[in-house]
Amino acid sequence: MNASDLASSYELVVIGGGPAGLAAAALAAKAGVQTVLFDENPGVGGQIYRGIGTTPVRNRAILGEDYWAGAALASEARASGATIVNGATVWSLDPNRLVGVSISGQARMIQAQRVIVATGSMERPFPIPGWTLPGVMTAGAAQTALKAQGLVPTGRTIIAGCGPLLWLLAAQLLRAGAGIEAILDTTPRINWLKAAMHLPDFALSPYWSKGLALLREVKAKVPVIAAHRIVAHGKDKLAEVVFATGTGERRMTADLLLLHHGVVPNVNLAMAAGVAHRWNGRQLCFEPAVDADFGTSVHGIAVAGDGAGIAGGTAAAERGRIAALAVIQTLKPGATVPNMQMMRQTLAREEMGRAFLDALYQPAPSFRRPVGDTIACRCEEVTAKQVRDTADLGCEGPNQMKAFLRCGMGPCQGRLCGLTITELIAEQRRSTPQEVGYYRLRPPVKPITLAELASLPKTEAERKAVER
Amino acid sequence: MAGDEFDVAVVGGGLVGAATSWGLAREGLRVALLDEGDRDVRASRGNFALVWVQSKGLGLAAYAGWTIRSSNAWGGFSDLLKQETGLDVCFQRPGGFHLALSEKELEARASILKRLHAQPGIVDYKTEVLDHSQVARMLPDIGPDVVGASYCSLDGHVNSLRLFRTLHTAINARGVTYLPSHRVETITREGGEFRLHTAKGEVRAAKVALAAGNANMRLAPMVGLEAPMRPERGQIVVTERLRPFLDYPVVTLRQTDEGTVMIGDSKEESTDPSGLTIGVSSTEAERAVRQFPLLANVNVVRTWSAIRVMTQDGFPIYDESESHPGAFVLCCHSGVTLCANHALTVAPMIARGALDKALVAPFSARRFHVQAAG
Amino acid sequence: MFKRLDDTGATVSLKVDGKPIRARAGDTVAGAMLAAGVEHFRTTPVTESPRAPYCLMGVCFDCLVAIDGVGSRQACLIEVREGMAVETQLGKREAGR
Repeated sequence: MNASDLASSYELVVIGGGPAGLAAAALAAKAGVQTVLFDENPGVGGQIYRGIGTTPVRNRAILGEDYWAGAALASEARASGATIVNGATVWSLDPNRLVGVSISGQARMIQAQRVIVATGSMERPFPIPGWTLPGVMTAGAAQTALKAQGLVPTGRTIIAGCGPLLWLLAAQLLRAGAGIEAILDTTPRINWLKAAMHLPDFALSPYWSKGLALLREVKAKVPVIAAHRIVAHGKDKLAEVVFATGTGERRMTADLLLLHHGVVPNVNLAMAAGVAHRWNGRQLCFEPAVDADFGTSVHGIAVAGDGAGIAGGTAAAERGRIAALAVIQTLKPGATVPNMQMMRQTLAREEMGRAFLDALYQPAPSFRRPVGDTIACRCEEVTAKQVRDTADLGCEGPNQMKAFLRCGMGPCQGRLCGLTITELIAEQRRSTPQEVGYYRLRPPVKPITLAELASLPKTEAERKAVER
Repeated sequence: MAGDEFDVAVVGGGLVGAATSWGLAREGLRVALLDEGDRDVRASRGNFALVWVQSKGLGLAAYAGWTIRSSNAWGGFSDLLKQETGLDVCFQRPGGFHLALSEKELEARASILKRLHAQPGIVDYKTEVLDHSQVARMLPDIGPDVVGASYCSLDGHVNSLRLFRTLHTAINARGVTYLPSHRVETITREGGEFRLHTAKGEVRAAKVALAAGNANMRLAPMVGLEAPMRPERGQIVVTERLRPFLDYPVVTLRQTDEGTVMIGDSKEESTDPSGLTIGVSSTEAERAVRQFPLLANVNVVRTWSAIRVMTQDGFPIYDESESHPGAFVLCCHSGVTLCANHALTVAPMIARGALDKALVAPFSARRFHVQAAG
Repeated sequence: MFKRLDDTGATVSLKVDGKPIRARAGDTVAGAMLAAGVEHFRTTPVTESPRAPYCLMGVCFDCLVAIDGVGSRQACLIEVREGMAVETQLGKREAGR
């Protein structure tokens, strides 16, 4: 579909084609809401169901049954009557629900009566020395390569970090025949104490048995080494991983280092729309403040899925449905809809084990707040020391920091440095991340060309504001 | 004046306040610089970074001379900053252009310049009006829609965000006490000293210099001064980093030393710094592509909007209080261009305790009363 | 760094820095380049240090390449097309390219 084929307005615009977006679009469209779903990837599924329907991975056991569950969501959305547009990058959303979208180099502004932002999560920045070297990737990247394209690592692969996804990825890679030299487990020992109080809830959640089985599967084949400091070495690409263990420093030659410290909401679009966010001290990230229907501080804009706080794929779909139901109740009050109570119950069950996982896998401070020449902002190559020194000058927020050092000014627009910068300033100024705040984000939240921007409609007053 | 904490309290941590603080510290004064928080209105993070001369001063001839004084001082000023901090603010003065995209625009330029330079008492400097081919000799990448331009050899630009950082680095090294998140609520004068009340406590100083941008309007009356302002919003579009292609700054488009291209100069009646009008960005982008067609496929990575510090007639205000001796106010739109003046000329006047009438009398806010009476 | 689990399926040919590579239909440009053993996708515009994909999900911008003459495209979001010409990007992008 081309940008020019789109209607100028829709009752509902869903942004993101992962579980939350697919479930929301399917439910809303079936209830008669005129719905369009924009997703920037070549196919739907988001990251969790990446490549669903097109993956070359034939052996279902490799990715596991939880992955294949995504097929039902995708086909339900396709059959719902919703217009699904892939390769569509949403680069702007304003408080009046005007959506800027770009498809194959052509930009359009689309008016929405309601918007569900389902832009999901991304992996937490993992700023260690050498993390910009070719050969260092996120664990999620390796998983995406496997799901979407059936690519498996060759050569010496090391996985480092902590979190449920790390174990899942390790199991998937092993099933696909990849070798893993070692897993460097960064889970701070003290976290077990903090997590213990949440264990009873976790034991009742669906994660419990799945998680244990995964751990057993991986630990039977791969050495797991506790590490509290990790450095990637190499000149033009990764050559060696050096890490500190309880018994001293070790080094391993490596071709691929996969990093993972959990996922955090991808906040850029919602923040640019003016949605109020707050610091989540358990998940150590900013998340939108949402009501029970995932409505935000901006009227008509909901944030569903992991973008509203990390809870996993199944919960994301339920959140998408709940957000869609709220839209249906407003726009199509007579429509027949599923029982909201059931959805809330499913969601509650899914969210049950989170506290344990959040506490257990909270990354150690040294992995979140780097020192010295370690790069904090990958785009502008700003180091931790520069950020700390500038905070010492009196710079007490990320926006002044951005002005002084250019951190967050590159094409990723702060996605890979925002949390690091906030946490570094908070530490240096003896403040809190909530107090320090986040970058002020403005459109375009993804780059568009000057010609695309130039092609958009403008009023006479808007022209007059520039032409003199 | 025993008991004073500081010789001078400067209110406003932007370019004007930081440059003034630096100049005061160079005079050996104990300076406190009071600033607001990270998300408050900050014109100094939203300027276009020109050190600009052409077309300044229509309606107040003295402003042209004041601008040229700063433009001439800028080279030495940036050298001083580099010596103190090791940071290069990349000041360049290759001359600058104002491009016209229609005959009407070019005629309007020529007419403004003619009126400007015909004013009595105007300092003598040259601005040329050039046609397309003359412009193309210096700016080979201009598009066919560019019908001509005005050019002034005194124009230049600087890396203004690095300037901002450099000034803060320099004042830190010179012992200025920087107090962020110290929004000044009230100022009183008791026992021969000024007391600046903030949510984070009181700051006392023998003198006070208001450099708080549009907030001077609120603060100036507290010390017997006035600063009539009319804020307006401007938006800027910024591209990814590109290899150098543009040797001269254009008033609406410049390539920074880092390689990014800044495109802008919109004016909207708004005081909401968080809002952004896409249609305005779009107009800026459209004109930029007409001016330099090779930019069409370049990626826009950021936009911003900021509130211009603008006095009611657009010219600076420098004033000292008669009722509250030791209180000064500094307001101007061109915080980058005039930075050298603020650091090297105005700060020493404040340190001495009196403004030099020969230099800044035309910029007294009393001019607004004359106009009102007339 | 990577190999294909399954080497069957329709193929498309494209060029990376003039060198022909074969990709599976439906591959992203980044995936095709990784499978073909391309180690460096670009050098940064700041210090010209080498980079390759980090996230493969559109957020890190380390996979920027020039595709069919247009620079700074996200290789991880764009599908391969027959005859596509991909160039790794060195340092700052050139305006007009």
